[in-house]
Amino acid sequence: MTEKSKNKKYSSKKNNKIRKNLLPDSIIRFEIRISGAGGQGIISTGMLLGEAISIGDGKNVSQSQAYGPEARGGATRADIIISDSEIYFPECNKIDLLVAFTDTAYEKHSAHVKQTGLIIADEHAVEMKMGTAKTLDIPFIEFAKKKFGNQIVANIIALGFVSSYTGIVSKGSIMGAVEDKFENSKYLELNLKALDFGFSLGKKYFKENPLTA
Amino acid sequence: MALNRTTSDGHPVRFVQGNEAVVLGALHSGCRFFGGYPITPSTEIAEGMARELPKVGGVFIQMEDEIASIASIIGASAAGAKSMTATSGPGFSLMQENLGFAYITQLPIVIVNVQRGGPSTGLPTKLAQSDTMQARWGTHGDYTAVVLAASSVQESYEATIRAFELAEKLSTPVIVLLDELIGHMREKLILRMKKDIKEIRRPFPKVPPEWYFPYDIPNDYTAHPAPFGEGFRYSITGLVHDRTGFPTSVPSEVIERLDALREKIITHRKEIWNWKEYEVTDAKYLIVAYGSAARAARGAVAILRKKRIKAGFLELKSIWPFPDGPLMSAAKQAKYVFVAENNMGQLIHAVRENIRHTINVIPINRYDGHPLEPEQIVYFIKEEVYGHSTV
Repeated sequence: MTEKSKNKKYSSKKNNKIRKNLLPDSIIRFEIRISGAGGQGIISTGMLLGEAISIGDGKNVSQSQAYGPEARGGATRADIIISDSEIYFPECNKIDLLVAFTDTAYEKHSAHVKQTGLIIADEHAVEMKMGTAKTLDIPFIEFAKKKFGNQIVANIIALGFVSSYTGIVSKGSIMGAVEDKFENSKYLELNLKALDFGFSLGKKYFKENPLTA
Repeated sequence: MALNRTTSDGHPVRFVQGNEAVVLGALHSGCRFFGGYPITPSTEIAEGMARELPKVGGVFIQMEDEIASIASIIGASAAGAKSMTATSGPGFSLMQENLGFAYITQLPIVIVNVQRGGPSTGLPTKLAQSDTMQARWGTHGDYTAVVLAASSVQESYEATIRAFELAEKLSTPVIVLLDELIGHMREKLILRMKKDIKEIRRPFPKVPPEWYFPYDIPNDYTAHPAPFGEGFRYSITGLVHDRTGFPTSVPSEVIERLDALREKIITHRKEIWNWKEYEVTDAKYLIVAYGSAARAARGAVAILRKKRIKAGFLELKSIWPFPDGPLMSAAKQAKYVFVAENNMGQLIHAVRENIRHTINVIPINRYDGHPLEPEQIVYFIKEEVYGHSTV
């Protein structure tokens, strides 16, 4: 699966402007920020994505986080840095990929996204598009409520979406990470379904509005 | 399908926080008692120990505060268990009195301090390295500290293992200084194989109980009080004591005791020292740092070397007793030494003490709760090289 998509990536990059993978071939520093409110599973999302890219895809990853002193609410973010060499500074400076779940998160962090970067935000979060980076607003929370009756899986849907739309993490790795985390949990089935839904959602959006170089 | 969590040569691999790496390091070292009081940003250590210790027949207890936490691990150590606690600034302050007690009674314990912003409750969820000096001088009385540090998840694991080795070998408290960034950061961690872990344990008395003196001063100055409950009767006290363990104020015995306590650490200092050099052989501009600041310093050297500025970096993986030998050899050809810290300037005092007469020592500090960035260090160094930083 991964090899196939890799081959596709190279060929599509040469022939037309569509990019199958947001990650460049040689990674000096690639920055991902996942942000939202406390209790939305932001840090878990960062952890799963970091683990999938690090252990699953074998890349060099540092994942850090910031949160307020509150247990619920308050701004939370998880930063994932990917690099082919040593990672000196484990927080984001110029973001390549921003995933935002709340309006405050979107407004606060979208200004730090590179022009060539990508923003994937929940539909509720984007009142007005900001900045020059390509922005997708996807109703993750809405889908989670409607399809799964539980808005807690919105982050898992987003993970699936990120995997199939941006190609920064392979499907097998992110599935493995989710499986390992929810091993022996009654929520395993729910999360795998949500992840799968996210994959197909990402594929659908890619057909309509693909990544371009 | 589950992720493959072993390296090609069979080492288990994890993607974990620095705090979780401490838990794994402690368990692999044979730690079987943890007494603690949860505090951000060290809570994951208590959580991990509470979850894992019962599985290996160990004991976890949440005490009423940090004074009781350190008291409980000293008690467990007196009974022969390898024991640990973890805390952050405010809790570390409360532990200071009993830290001295563990030192004078020569009971090995490990204290992990995941530093956060201070003073007082300060910045609970943000990083700082502002307990650098407290770790050295926090407890009252003349005291010689053993303090290790780490700048990555892998190093947190290694430092914890080393802390237990040194504590057992020297029968003294060993402090591991992490900070919020390292404690909460997740990275790949490669675990040691079971066969590669050699468990060091304090020696058991070689004489029968009736001939036993717990605090005899041997050639290497290290007394190893026998575990309680093994038939050896003696007194444990925080008062200055003679070889029986009972109080004394005879001047010659007092001097002998205090000297021995210091000498056991000073004579083993080369074993405790742990450092790493980056491009120091021709470095005119040397950076000295530990912990999360060390990551930024490594990045700064990479940037400066690309610009053909002769920068080097000495990373300290042990801070106290201060590695003066490694510093002096790394700074041999340096014109300037920069001390990068996430505080208002603490480690710099130790650096100055050793080399101020020959070399300019310049502080680089950040204390807003955020980690130093490589570019910040580059900025400071360029100012010294060119007189301004815009080149």
